[in-house]
Formats: sequence, structure tokens, C-alpha cells
Amino acid sequence: MTRSRSKLTQARIVLGIAVLAFATFSVLVPDFLSAGNVSRLLQNVSILGILAMGMALSIIGRGIDLSMVASMAVSVAWMLAEMNTGASFAHAFGFALLFSIAVGVINGVLIAYVEIPPIFATLAMGTAIYGFGRVFLLASDVNYLPDDWQWLNTIATAAPLGIPVSVLCFAAVCGLGHLFLRGAREGRYIYMMGDNPQAARITGVPIRPMIVGQYVLTSLVALVAGLLMAALVATMNTRIVGSTYVYDIILVAVLGGISLSGGRGGAGSVIVGTLLIGILLNGMTMMNLGYTTQNVIKALILLAALTIDSLVNPRDEQTSQQGDI
Amino acid sequence: MKITTKLVTASALCLAVVAGPLAAQDASPSAGFYNALKGKKIGFVPIAMGFNETQAWRIAMERQGAALGYEVIVRDPNWSIEAGIQAIDSLIQEQPDILIIENIDNRSYNRMVQKSIAAGILTVQTQQRSEIPSDAYMGPDWNEMGRNAVEGMVQACGKDSGKNGKVAIIQGALTAPASLLQMAGIDEALKNHPEITVVSNQAADWDATKAYQIATTVLQQNPDICGIVGFWDVADAGIASAVKEANLQGKVAVITSGSGARESACDKIAAGDFSHYTSYNTAGQGRDLNAIIRTLLQTMPEPGSKPFDLVSPLIRITKENMTPSSCWTLEELAQIGG
Repeated sequence: MTRSRSKLTQARIVLGIAVLAFATFSVLVPDFLSAGNVSRLLQNVSILGILAMGMALSIIGRGIDLSMVASMAVSVAWMLAEMNTGASFAHAFGFALLFSIAVGVINGVLIAYVEIPPIFATLAMGTAIYGFGRVFLLASDVNYLPDDWQWLNTIATAAPLGIPVSVLCFAAVCGLGHLFLRGAREGRYIYMMGDNPQAARITGVPIRPMIVGQYVLTSLVALVAGLLMAALVATMNTRIVGSTYVYDIILVAVLGGISLSGGRGGAGSVIVGTLLIGILLNGMTMMNLGYTTQNVIKALILLAALTIDSLVNPRDEQTSQQGDI
Repeated sequence: MKITTKLVTASALCLAVVAGPLAAQDASPSAGFYNALKGKKIGFVPIAMGFNETQAWRIAMERQGAALGYEVIVRDPNWSIEAGIQAIDSLIQEQPDILIIENIDNRSYNRMVQKSIAAGILTVQTQQRSEIPSDAYMGPDWNEMGRNAVEGMVQACGKDSGKNGKVAIIQGALTAPASLLQMAGIDEALKNHPEITVVSNQAADWDATKAYQIATTVLQQNPDICGIVGFWDVADAGIASAVKEANLQGKVAVITSGSGARESACDKIAAGDFSHYTSYNTAGQGRDLNAIIRTLLQTMPEPGSKPFDLVSPLIRITKENMTPSSCWTLEELAQIGG
């Protein structure tokens, strides 16, 4: 805990870069600073931010969930497919919910009890979930929100008090995430597991059930993000599973200072990482920079943040942990 | 006079009765037609089976295959180039009579197309053309798609519209010929329309969420924009959402294109989500593919010797000219496709 009070944490470095980027764009791009644009800026990254909060839960506990995007896409696409056959909301949503929980439980059991490293277990699960969904649950990749359900789109695109619903969702998920990680006993356990699983076990943390719980939570957060995504654009295209989206999610989490070796960071890190990416994407789009240029700049800034962190907080025998990725 | 008329009518009827079956016999396909197709093997490697373009082609080909007694083998590489190359390679080993390849871009499958032709297999390419010609190409002229998009822009935002002519373009994947050639078509056609200014040109990678994000930013930055052009209806649902969200539906034209599937096209045109739509009509493409199969199997040219194109005729759909038959569904195609 002393660490966060000390000097330059990675979150603070990134926050600094974000402020710098914000200032730069405010000068370079007219209208960048308008209230409307700032809310759009947040809105455009809120789904990414929600997913990053879910990813943070597993990374802090020294895991990672590469199946998150598959779980999100298939559960929500299944929900839409059920809606299209005329199913009630409770029925369709119930299926999606059960599917997400099942994915989390299987991930957790594979990692905690079968002891497969998380990166491999969830990588394989991602492929398995998508394959299972496409073979047994979904007739096609693209699933549309049926007409009777367009009110979901109306809700998702609303902006009470000028704050878009997706930003409110992001704030809520981060708030809950923060309360859970800092307030709940299980939240503290996740930090202990991430910091030193052996020590955590000796002190009586029920590591295996906790790991299962952690992946169920991640999968449920993915469901929330998926619902928002489907409601916003009125479709769910499961092809997103094959994209590099999951790396963007990890990027946001890691950028904000959630160490891949576990035990570090929190909801604040997710918010900072999301903000930086949001500012960059919004500013670069407004400057009409090309897609490839945007990717290069994004990658360079990530590398810069990691480099600064590595210089300011060097790894040594004490801080490096067994099982580092 | 009356009697004569009656006589003439009667004799005409007699003739018709007698000649009818005769004429039908004469016009009936030769036994050669059925023999040429019966027991043949068609291999099909799409980009992926999970979307309605490829499903529509498959339904059409399988319907004709069932009627004429040939087999259609589908190998789904699910968007992976490596898996696609393996699928094509394994199909070449199985020596189908025709191999139909949907290119993922303009060069990844070049060597496989060459290999297939060298193995003596009639080779057909669909939707996007590789650099190597084969026996047939079936797909839209993407340049023309781009020119159509410009016509949509001019209609919505051009001289006679009274609007300011500001449009944004949200492309597909920058490296895909479907995107590159459409953009080239747009650039070419825009030369004649200096009143149209492109204020933003971005790529959304065929993804609805990305298209939505870009569109919200563009709308924020240019609230007076007149139209947004997208390159694929499925992704452009995201543009429509952004426009709706900004309360600009009906004010900002959404110009898009795609397969003409009911739920991604006509339903959204009816709802006012899309204002101008260019369809390459995948239902018609299925019929074209079947025509290619029937033609090649009957004429059996030396593979690669006489390449030809069946360019998909485009349909322009707006709310005003839309009819129940402007779009298609997979259920309908299962009954009448091909």
C-alpha cells in the first residue's frame, strides 16, 4: 500500500501522458475541448473500459482472460438469436447469463483445478466458445436486434443529464469494481493471490474457489459490455472474436498500471488507461489520421508508458515474481 | 366471316394441341446437359460461412446440385488465410470438377488459383478478384459500387439539394480490394463533383462498433455534415446508430451498400437508417454462380484457357423505390434460390 503513495506510479505516468495528449489536441483540433466532444470521447471508449475492468479482475489475481471477447460475443449473439425467434427478454437474457457463468466456471476450473496456465486455458476456451456457438447456437455471424427490441437501442443511445448511458455504465462498473477490490474480503484476496499465491494459500485464502469466482466475474463483466455493445449498434457480429480486440482490452488495463504479474493496480488504473486511449482515438480521428498511423501512434505510446514505468520502477529480485509473463 | 374466324381459331387450337408436346420435346435439354452435370463434384471455399452472402451462394448451389445430381463440398476457413490455403489445397487433392474460391484479398490465394488450374480443375473466383485470372469471376464491379456511392452523395448533398456538400467516408479494411476499388471509384467520380467535400475519411475494418465510434466523433466535429458513406451495410448499422443518437436521422444521409439481405438492407432502409443503398444482390449472384457451373461443366474448356466474368448487376434501393422484391432472405432462397 505504501507503493501507491510513493512517487511516480505507472497510473500517474499515464495520467500525465493523457493530460499532455489532451492539451495537445485541445490546441491542434478545434472543438476538441467542447463539452459535447468530451462526452463523446468517453462514450466511444466506455465499452472498451468496461471490458478492461473485467480483464483487470483476472489480471490482478495473476490470471488473464483471452476468452473474454468470445464469451461476450457468443452469449449476446445467442441472446439476440433467441429474441429473433420470439423469446421473452427473461428467457433470452437468462440464456446469455447462464452461458457467461458457465464460461467463467469452466475457465476457472481449468486454471484452478486442472492447473493449466491461464493464458493457454483461456486462449483455447476462446476458440472453443466461438466454435461451440457457431455450430450449436448461431445460424450466422451477424445477429440483429429485432424490431420489437429497438427500445434497447433507444435506451443505450440516450444521454440523461447530458451524460451518455454507456459512460454511466462504465462509471458504474468501475465503481463496483473499486468497491469489490478495495472493500470486499474477496477483493483483497484477489490482490493477495496476485501478489504471492503460495503465501496467500498458507494464510488461508481459498485459492481455487477464488480463481473460479474471479473468472466468473470477468465473464459477467464481458456480458455487460456485450449487452451495451449490441444495444448501441443494434447488432452483434461474432466475427469480433477473430479480431485483435482482446489485445486492446489488455492494452488499456496494462497501460493504466495493472501489472501482468498480478497484485497491482485497480479501478483507477482502468479509468486512466481508458482515458488515454479515448483521448488518442478521438483526437486522431478528428485530425483525420489514417487507421495505420493511428495504430502506430497507439503502440508507440504504450511502449513509452511501459518504458518509463520500467525505468522508474525497475524490476529486481524482490519485485519480480515467479510466473511473470 | 364469322365461320372463317371460327375455323381459323379451331385449326389453330388443333395445331397447338398437336404441336405443343412436339415443340416441348424439341426445346427440352439434350441428354448431354444432364449427363454433363450428373455425378460431378464442386468444391467451394468461402471467406467464412457465417454470413449471409456465402450462405446464400451455398443454398443456391446446393439446390441446383440436388436437382441435377452433383455434389457441393464446402470447406469453411472462417476468415483465416492459412486455413483457406489448406482448404483449397486439400480440395485440389480431391480433384473436384470445379473449384470455387472466394478471395479474401487480391493476392493471398494467387498461388492456389495457379495450382488449381495446373491440376486441371476449372477454377472460379468470386466477389474479389485475385491477380491471377481463372476460368470465371463472379462478383460486383467495386469501382462501379464507388461511383454509385457518389451518385448517392450527389443526390443527398449535391448542387440541387441545397445542402453544403460535406460528407464523411467510413471505409472497410484498408487492404481489401472491395474497399480499395470502391475508394478509387469514389475518387474518380468525385472529380466531376467539386461541390462535394470529404471532411473525414477513416477505416472501420468492417466493424459496426468502430464505425459507430468514428461516426459519433465525425458528427460531433461536423454537426452540419450532410452525408456519411459506408462500404458495407452490416458495419454501417453502427453509422446509423450514431446518426440516430445525434437526433440527425433524416438530416444526415447514410449511404451504404451490400448484399441486399432483408434484415441488413431493406429493413433498415424502411426504418430510415439508410437513405441510399447499392445492392449487388446476392440472390442474383447465386443464380450467376449456378449459371457458371452449368456452363463450365457442359463446355469443359481447358482450365484457365478462356476466362470470363459475370459482373453482378447492381440495384439501387431507396425508401421511395423499394418493393417487396428489392431484398431477399435466406428462407426465401431455400425455396426459390439459384
